[in-house]
Amino acid sequence: MNWLTTFVRPKIRSLVGSKEVPENLWRKCPACDHMLFHKELEKSWQVCSHCGHHMRLPVRKRLELLFDGGTWTPIELPPIPQDPLKFKDLKRYSDRMKEAQAKTGEKEAIIVAHGWLMGIPVVVAAFDFSFMGGSMGMAVGEGLVAAAELAVLQRASLIVIPASGGARMQEGILSLMQMARTTVAVQRVKDAGLPYMVLLTDPTTGGVTASFAMLGDIAISEPGAVIGFAGARVIQNTIRETLPDGFQRAEYLRDHGMVDLVVNRADLKATLGRILSILLRRDPPAEVLALSLDADSGRSGTRATPPAGDVEEAARRDGQAEAHDEAEPEEDEA
Amino acid sequence: MHFLDFEKPVAELESKIEELRHLSDADGMNIAEEVGRLQQKVEKQLRAVYAKLTPWQKTQVARHPERPHCLDYIKALFTDVTPLAGDRLYGEDQAIVGGLARFRGQAVVVMGQEKGHDTDTRLRHNFGMAMPEGYRKAQRLMDLADRFRLPVLTLVDTAGAYPGVGAEERGQAEAIARTIQAGLNLRVPMITCVIGEGGSGGAIAIATGNVVMMLEHAIYSVISPEGCASILWRSGEMAQQAAEALRLTAQDLLEFKVIDEVIPEPLGGAHRDRHAMFEQLGAAFEGHLRELTPVEGGVLRARRREKFLRMGREGLN
Ligand SMILES: [Zn+2]
Repeated sequence: MNWLTTFVRPKIRSLVGSKEVPENLWRKCPACDHMLFHKELEKSWQVCSHCGHHMRLPVRKRLELLFDGGTWTPIELPPIPQDPLKFKDLKRYSDRMKEAQAKTGEKEAIIVAHGWLMGIPVVVAAFDFSFMGGSMGMAVGEGLVAAAELAVLQRASLIVIPASGGARMQEGILSLMQMARTTVAVQRVKDAGLPYMVLLTDPTTGGVTASFAMLGDIAISEPGAVIGFAGARVIQNTIRETLPDGFQRAEYLRDHGMVDLVVNRADLKATLGRILSILLRRDPPAEVLALSLDADSGRSGTRATPPAGDVEEAARRDGQAEAHDEAEPEEDEA
Repeated sequence: MHFLDFEKPVAELESKIEELRHLSDADGMNIAEEVGRLQQKVEKQLRAVYAKLTPWQKTQVARHPERPHCLDYIKALFTDVTPLAGDRLYGEDQAIVGGLARFRGQAVVVMGQEKGHDTDTRLRHNFGMAMPEGYRKAQRLMDLADRFRLPVLTLVDTAGAYPGVGAEERGQAEAIARTIQAGLNLRVPMITCVIGEGGSGGAIAIATGNVVMMLEHAIYSVISPEGCASILWRSGEMAQQAAEALRLTAQDLLEFKVIDEVIPEPLGGAHRDRHAMFEQLGAAFEGHLRELTPVEGGVLRARRREKFLRMGREGLN
């Protein structure tokens, strides 16, 4: 269990734009072709101010968006066997891994962290799509198992945020087995009477969708996110069916009864907080304020978890932190 | 008989045997002798070929059109078979068949994917590629088994869940996820055997057994070799290489401790001696049932969950 107590200092670094917008300060919205100033995009959490199109949000930005004060405590993931198949296609899997690690600065395609969301203790497991398409292998599965165990241990709600093309082929059958393993994991959270929320982000497909991602007590999605089991191309090629408009988009899934809510990024945190507070029969979140869209106010860093019983205090503090953009930075006690 | 590419020498010998058998019995004694000699040769050939099948060759055997399918096993091994239909939500999907039955006297629920064996049955069973309705029927049957304390026996044989517009609209992913959950939650013994092709999520949906077995030449994989090749090699023609890389044979999976047992097939594969195959699998089911039936329901569930949670954590280098 020492991974539970191991604090890992998150790398504090430029989180957004540094890779996508190296020099040019403008980015074209893929939906409406509007030119957007990248500072502005950062402030809007990568949502087009012109048409509302939701671009993919880097995983650490996602955590910053959701956690109170933009801070969280990541947990170190348990070690797992590396490249069990010694897989090689046109490239070695071990080389692909090294490239992904170098490109993203992350070890794997998932981050597990705990902290507070509108004063409610939560464990978040968030996928990093930029790491090998967020594919689920043993490490990601182990991350979800760890997240579920941590939620049960802390009596916290579990929020899982998939962004994944599906199973990681290079781990063969062992990646397929993650569908069963993650299902066991989230079942434990449910058995413990704790909320299990899924926030489906673009894209969520394949074996990820067909396991823990579709088992949430409540399923929320971001506008326009692609969510499905089979890939649209596979369906089109092998079945030769014409695909309906908006096929496999969040709104389409909602209309077919597969997700509860499609929520704008700016409203995500408040929505999650409201739902959790009702499920947990708690008072309304300390202060439901209009979400600050100013990304500059977010800081990522570790922070000691408030001791049990100190939840109200933390909620109050976080409410204040949100109310004032220039709130004092939290002390780093890790 | 349908012969696979690598079975050519065997095919030639067997056609010679056929020819001889059709000759008039003018010199009958010599013919019998010759046939016997050739049959020995066939056996030798088969033994040589089947002792070192490549993963790609195994894929061919696992998909062999004459390989016994789910309904063949059900007919051969079960009595009082009472098929049940429908998911009570939308429809009936014959890609997954199942119902109540007796296995050597013991009341059970049996289910599996059925691929069909001719044009008619292949269409009726949608080539064993289930829709959400099929998976929801499977959940219904599991639920029934749980309530009436009937062990669940599953036979896995599918290229994968059906990739279609309707399947997506009706929640293919959700249907598979809930079936996995239902299987893992059972408080009765669940015993699984992959009898042919274990294709990805569509297979694992009904493969969460306390015991998971595979027939000797069955395959079980996260993606088909063809699909893997077209994505990672950008060419479907590299399927052979992909089959090697994916480590999808029963022997590989046993090594990874993803499955518990490999059931030997008759010489030359299950299709060469169906009855021997039925007996082999029947004996295996019987042994595991005898062992698991007395175990308390909560313990069965806990053990099954533990088994999957442990998977991959140990025993790998
Ligand atoms: Zn736009």
